[in-house]
Amino acid sequence: MTPPLVVATGLSMRFARQDPPALDGITADIPAGRVTGLVGPDGAGKTTFIRLLAGLLHPTQGGLTVLGLDPVTRADAIHARIGYMPQKFGLYEDLSVAENLRLYAEVRGLPPDEEAETFRRLLDFTGLEQFTGRLAGRLSGGMKQKLGLACAMIRKPELLLLDEPSVGVDPISRRELWRMVKALAAQGIGVLWSTSYLDEAEACDHVLLFARGRMLFTGEPSELTGRVRGRVFQVRGIGGGRRAVLRRGLELRGVIDGVIQGRNVRFVLADGSSGLDLQALDAGPRATLDPVAPRFEDAFLDILGGGPGGVSVLARNMAPKQPGPEAVVEARGLTKRFGGFTAASGITFAIRQGEIFGLLGPNGAGKSTTFKMMCGLLRPSEGQALVDGLSLAACPGAARARIGYMSQKFSLYGTLSARQNLEFFSGIYGLTGARRRQAMQSMVDIFALGPHLGESADTLPLGFKQRLALACAVMHEPAVLFLDEPTSGVDPITRREFWTHINGMVERGVTIMITTHFMDEAEYCDRIALVYRGRTIAIGSPDELKDEARGPGAPDPSLEEAFIALVERSGPERDARTAA
Amino acid sequence: MNGPRIRALVIKELLAVLRDRKSRMALILPPLLLLAVFSFAATLEVKNVDLAVLDKDGGKDAVELAQRFAGSPYFTRVFALHAQADVAPALESSRAMAVLVIDEGFSRGVAAGRQATAQLILDGRRSNAAQIVEGYSELIVTRYNEDLARLAGQPGARTVLAARNWFNPNLDYLWFTVPNLIGMLSMVVGLVVTSLSVARERELGTFDQLLVSPLSPWEILAGKTLPAMILGCAESVFIVAAAILLFRVPCVGSLWTLAVCLALYLFSVVGFGLFISSLCNTQQQAILGTFTFMIPATLLSGFATPLETMPQVLQAAAYANPMRHFLPVVRGVMLKGMPFDMAAEAVWPLAVIAVATLALAGWFFRRGLE
Repeated sequence: MTPPLVVATGLSMRFARQDPPALDGITADIPAGRVTGLVGPDGAGKTTFIRLLAGLLHPTQGGLTVLGLDPVTRADAIHARIGYMPQKFGLYEDLSVAENLRLYAEVRGLPPDEEAETFRRLLDFTGLEQFTGRLAGRLSGGMKQKLGLACAMIRKPELLLLDEPSVGVDPISRRELWRMVKALAAQGIGVLWSTSYLDEAEACDHVLLFARGRMLFTGEPSELTGRVRGRVFQVRGIGGGRRAVLRRGLELRGVIDGVIQGRNVRFVLADGSSGLDLQALDAGPRATLDPVAPRFEDAFLDILGGGPGGVSVLARNMAPKQPGPEAVVEARGLTKRFGGFTAASGITFAIRQGEIFGLLGPNGAGKSTTFKMMCGLLRPSEGQALVDGLSLAACPGAARARIGYMSQKFSLYGTLSARQNLEFFSGIYGLTGARRRQAMQSMVDIFALGPHLGESADTLPLGFKQRLALACAVMHEPAVLFLDEPTSGVDPITRREFWTHINGMVERGVTIMITTHFMDEAEYCDRIALVYRGRTIAIGSPDELKDEARGPGAPDPSLEEAFIALVERSGPERDARTAA
Repeated sequence: MNGPRIRALVIKELLAVLRDRKSRMALILPPLLLLAVFSFAATLEVKNVDLAVLDKDGGKDAVELAQRFAGSPYFTRVFALHAQADVAPALESSRAMAVLVIDEGFSRGVAAGRQATAQLILDGRRSNAAQIVEGYSELIVTRYNEDLARLAGQPGARTVLAARNWFNPNLDYLWFTVPNLIGMLSMVVGLVVTSLSVARERELGTFDQLLVSPLSPWEILAGKTLPAMILGCAESVFIVAAAILLFRVPCVGSLWTLAVCLALYLFSVVGFGLFISSLCNTQQQAILGTFTFMIPATLLSGFATPLETMPQVLQAAAYANPMRHFLPVVRGVMLKGMPFDMAAEAVWPLAVIAVATLALAGWFFRRGLE
């Protein structure tokens, strides 16, 4: 066996004396010819570890060799032999794809006679050859990541460091990125892929699991997954609300984690737990408890001590919504044209009260355009968007007062303190006097914001930032909540807490519309609209979409497989139509 | 329009600027710096002139004339040249701004009561300074002639021009530059506060958050205008106080008249700032936009160069420039006590500018929705 590319022994990194260390005594190897997953929640030290390997930071303590060299003294020599793609890869948005490649070729000192051959190989590899003339700023999220990868690989590296390359990338592009990375590993390159998405960890050959600067596990992912074997169950055939089943289940002793998977609910039990009492779940007469194969995420939550409970204090304090009209949110033939380009065409759907409705689609498919039209950020060229029967175009103020909105950037005012943010958002939604004080106090209690009230929103830990953003969005008790990739880049535990609140609010009659790239999250939806090339190509529950994609090649497709199959199936058909 | 909602916006905007150390600095430092630099550097006088003297005569009267130059407060360094060949290099190398060449036979001429000639060679590369030095020199020579005439018992010149400078009797240049600076610095502050605000929110995504709230575009506009006015007025009061207390520029007119005009002026500047901001997607664009506006606005204001000498087209364009309307009024009120009705007559176009730019800004706020 070839020696490992990276050897870390007792590696520690401390940014400020008073802060807890960002990395604490990490001992790990990264082998050649394999994909090593660097997995962990936010603030685990993943980026710090990568920057240490790249020689961009100097460790406080411990030994580190990269390609047999010391990154503190020989950073230059290491740089020539590694490829590094940071979270925000430095693509020049005003340069074309080819110009970006040429720039990086010069920066990395690629001999001119090798240029043509290298570009041909990389463009072919990334599938970007048709887009060489397009400006990098106009590429979709997935294509940008592929171009970033190509630029990082200009000088065939021995070690490739990828820092969260899949954030904001749709399932199809994500799958392509993986295919590329696997191909690289097969050529003998060592790849380090950092991620907070655990389904990706499963695809790695080897995993380093970090949490709060410490390494909790290293080895093959199946080894960790094996630890929860026999403790993972799915409740099937649920009569009544699956959200209620999840809530009740998470409150049971011995249940450490639970998620909704389409019409079923998945539970993970604690080690040594006696089993799950179907009676206590009140899941209906036909419910069954079936053991299922464990996933890496189950084991991850197990090792971190389990997810949050199932009851949302937020929802408990909320007054139940009076049953309203049939459809609370409605899209009627929404069409948006930008010049000659039609971004969305004839999008029609209706969301019932108390429903979670997901908008899914590849990057650039018209999903965001549709979402923006629904919350009044874009004016449709044709058609109507209605909230509670009110048109966003005809009575914007009244319609918008019923909406809560939370985007992936959280949209907080960073220099304002948490309290000032709450004051501001309650103010612009017209809350005054006692009602305002009450609303703010209950948000502070529910989200345990008390100790952080005086801190600037910018300096809040990510989990609290998300809580604050959700608090600001729901303080005025909206009838409808619009969520735009609300958990992008957020770790599984924070994500579960978030969904506990969402599920709780839905049980109180709040209606949710959400966009997401993550299929685990899409499983929580009651119904999903799959948008592709500006049209809805499928609408239905997650299970209906899976049924639709079922075929001889895929007897039991996952939602991700269904997504890809449905998109691919509609692709050529539509091409044929435009050609005809 | 809803009072509490706008109040929430105003408080948010003020806090966003005041809680951030960098924004606070951006508000306080540049005006202080500009005030200091401009008041002392933007002097229109010519002082500390280097003068070379080539005395070909060498007699007593030639020395007397050279001494009169050396004794004047304007020529601080006077040095002697020794040959005609030295004249050109002295000017070329900028060692001297001017060369005084006293002809052979100067003293003889003076003694005989004939015409005696001296030549002044100036560095025309600095045309403005050269003219002013020529003026100083003529004055010195005129006085010298008068003294000679008196000594010889002859009458001096029959007509004498007695000049008095009204409003600024000692032609103190600070009295001119500092009131102008009040206009310029208020503009800098007004533009900095406003032009970045919308662009910053667009960049951070908080602007979308405002657009999906029940706020109407006019409420957002009011929520952006009011805090900028509050900050701008506070800074302007500080600058006016510095002008009067620190630079000792008199204010013979009413401070209230000045305050009303200044507020109206800031209103129009804030309008321009928000208009620029509404066009830009990033803060970088907003900064470039601000500079693209600031430089022509300063040039077309009559601050450094008189407007009357500019081509008609530019004079017409200057009507859209808030500074062009405000500078005559701030000078008028401070130095000659311009009454309120006259000031109002001069500044009313500012109201038109403010309304027009704010309407455009409000229109463009919704641009993303199209």
